[in-house]
Amino acid sequence: MAPMNKYSAFSLFKNALTNNKNWQVSWRDATPKSKYDAIIVGGGGHGLATAYYLAKNHGMKNIAVLEKGWIGGGNTARNTTIVRSNYLWTESSLLYEKSLKLWEGLSQDINFNVMFSQRGVYNLGHTLQDMRDIERRVSANQLNGIDAEVVDAQQIKQAIPLINTSKNARYPILGASLQRRAGVARHDAVAWGYARAASELGVDIIQQCEVTGIRKNGSQVMGVDTSRGYIEAKKVGVVVAGHASVLADMAGIRLPLESHPLQAYVSEPLKPVLDTVIMSNAVHGYISQSDKGELVIGAGIDPYIGYGQRGSFCTIEHCMQAIIALFPNFSRVRMLRQWGGIVDVSPDACPILSKTPVEGLYFNCGWGTGGFKATPGSGWTFAHTIANNQPHELNAPFSLDRFSTGALIDEHGAAAVAH
Amino acid sequence: MLLIKCPWCGVRDETEFSYGGEAGIERPLKPEDLNDQEWADYLFMRKNTRGLFLEQWNHSLGCRQWFIVERNTVTYEIIATSKIKNEAPDIQVDA
Ligand SMILES: Cc1cc2nc3c(=O)[nH]c(=O)nc-3n(C[C@H](O)[C@H](O)[C@H](O)COP(=O)(O)OP(=O)(O)OC[C@H]3O[C@@H](n4cnc5c(N)ncnc54)[C@H](O)[C@@H]3O)c2cc1C
Ligand SMILES: [Zn+2]
Repeated sequence: MAPMNKYSAFSLFKNALTNNKNWQVSWRDATPKSKYDAIIVGGGGHGLATAYYLAKNHGMKNIAVLEKGWIGGGNTARNTTIVRSNYLWTESSLLYEKSLKLWEGLSQDINFNVMFSQRGVYNLGHTLQDMRDIERRVSANQLNGIDAEVVDAQQIKQAIPLINTSKNARYPILGASLQRRAGVARHDAVAWGYARAASELGVDIIQQCEVTGIRKNGSQVMGVDTSRGYIEAKKVGVVVAGHASVLADMAGIRLPLESHPLQAYVSEPLKPVLDTVIMSNAVHGYISQSDKGELVIGAGIDPYIGYGQRGSFCTIEHCMQAIIALFPNFSRVRMLRQWGGIVDVSPDACPILSKTPVEGLYFNCGWGTGGFKATPGSGWTFAHTIANNQPHELNAPFSLDRFSTGALIDEHGAAAVAH
Repeated sequence: MLLIKCPWCGVRDETEFSYGGEAGIERPLKPEDLNDQEWADYLFMRKNTRGLFLEQWNHSLGCRQWFIVERNTVTYEIIATSKIKNEAPDIQVDA
């Protein structure tokens, strides 16, 4: 195949002159070969990023990404795209900060506009205990070299005129943490951009190819059975988010995960009213405005295990109550669409990026409600883990072993609702 | 919204209940005899079944009893609910 044309302002202009009829396809829709050096199961952002960095950083070219549906059709293009790195503990904040740094150069690196917009993220505090936790987290972030500040209610009101800072609110806003380098990105562009860049480096992106079995010889992985036949590989990286336990079962491994529905909502498009991201754990909701003008809204998971990509109505109602508490004006806004994803929640709200008891089999999962922001760093460190058969220093603390050694990384305070 | 039949109170809205996850996990009788791996298995590892699943719910805003629900985790259809027995639950799941 001819090398791909680079996207640029000039290519936009040139293609406009020919009525946009001459754009190339973005990636090759490959058919599976019988054997690869490495297989990535799952064509979400994390799987595609893993394949890209395997090819780019580790020179592995004979690799395939197997996706049972279409790329990005899982949580990647269902999420509310909040990107931040202000987690409490050093292990997680360093991993998320690695991602944030990669986000800052990503559009250039993969020559695809992922519309990363550093519009800032406010995490609101509504009680004195919230404010103490915020000050603690902001100090921890600063010690780790991550930008973070504490702002008071007045500063919040100044930056976000529509927000309700009344002292008589049921949950009055006392202040917030603010990370100015945080923001949002265009979710499907992340999947498409990584797919295109990986494909350009020789990676086979294979859609409509469901993995149905994992074959082993003793304790060494040999390959995978798929809806399109058996494919051999001595290295298999599984990156299937909500389906991680299903794939682990195929390999005879147990994981500490529960898969829950997580819903999100967008409103009818409005004129610009909100130029930043607001999150609140106390009233349990978060909100931003997309470039198209829609309010993008989400909250917590549905409580039960669910693989249905939908949740219950009471969860929607709860979330809307939270948003109206923060922004009474939005009570008259009509909601346009609602959907759900399947999030793989771990006991300590932290991911698993790890080798497994099966030689050559690696799992990347447990990102739960908050893995979109980690897409680049997850791919970077997981590629390192697969290529070298040992973790990168940034993901070493996130091994499956931590559940038996007891070295959990308790991010519930920073990540429970927050995405 | 799920409609759940409490074995004591009958069919009620999901909002009256709270979720208790996988059913039938037995607390080891002699924890001190377990190695770290076995203890981790008891504490953290879960079936997380895609399909027919036995789980525990509590009628927290009603009679406050725990009970067992057999539910399809893909369609969310509730197949059966039953009281917790002292023995392991006798509902058969053909997975
Ligand atoms: C509503 C919602 C809001 C969210 N908001 C945020 C947010 O604001 N910020 C944030 O950082 N994170 C957020 N998240 C979490 C984030 O979306 C995920 O953590 C992240 O996108 C996971 O990416 P992934 O590539 O691992 O998974 P996915 O994108 O789900 O990709 C996994 C892929 O594996 C495929 N697959 C599954 N089984 C098989 C099989 N047997 N064979 C082949 N392929 C298979 C699936 O089809 C899927 O495409 C949110 C999630 C949801 C659902
Ligand atoms: Zn009852």
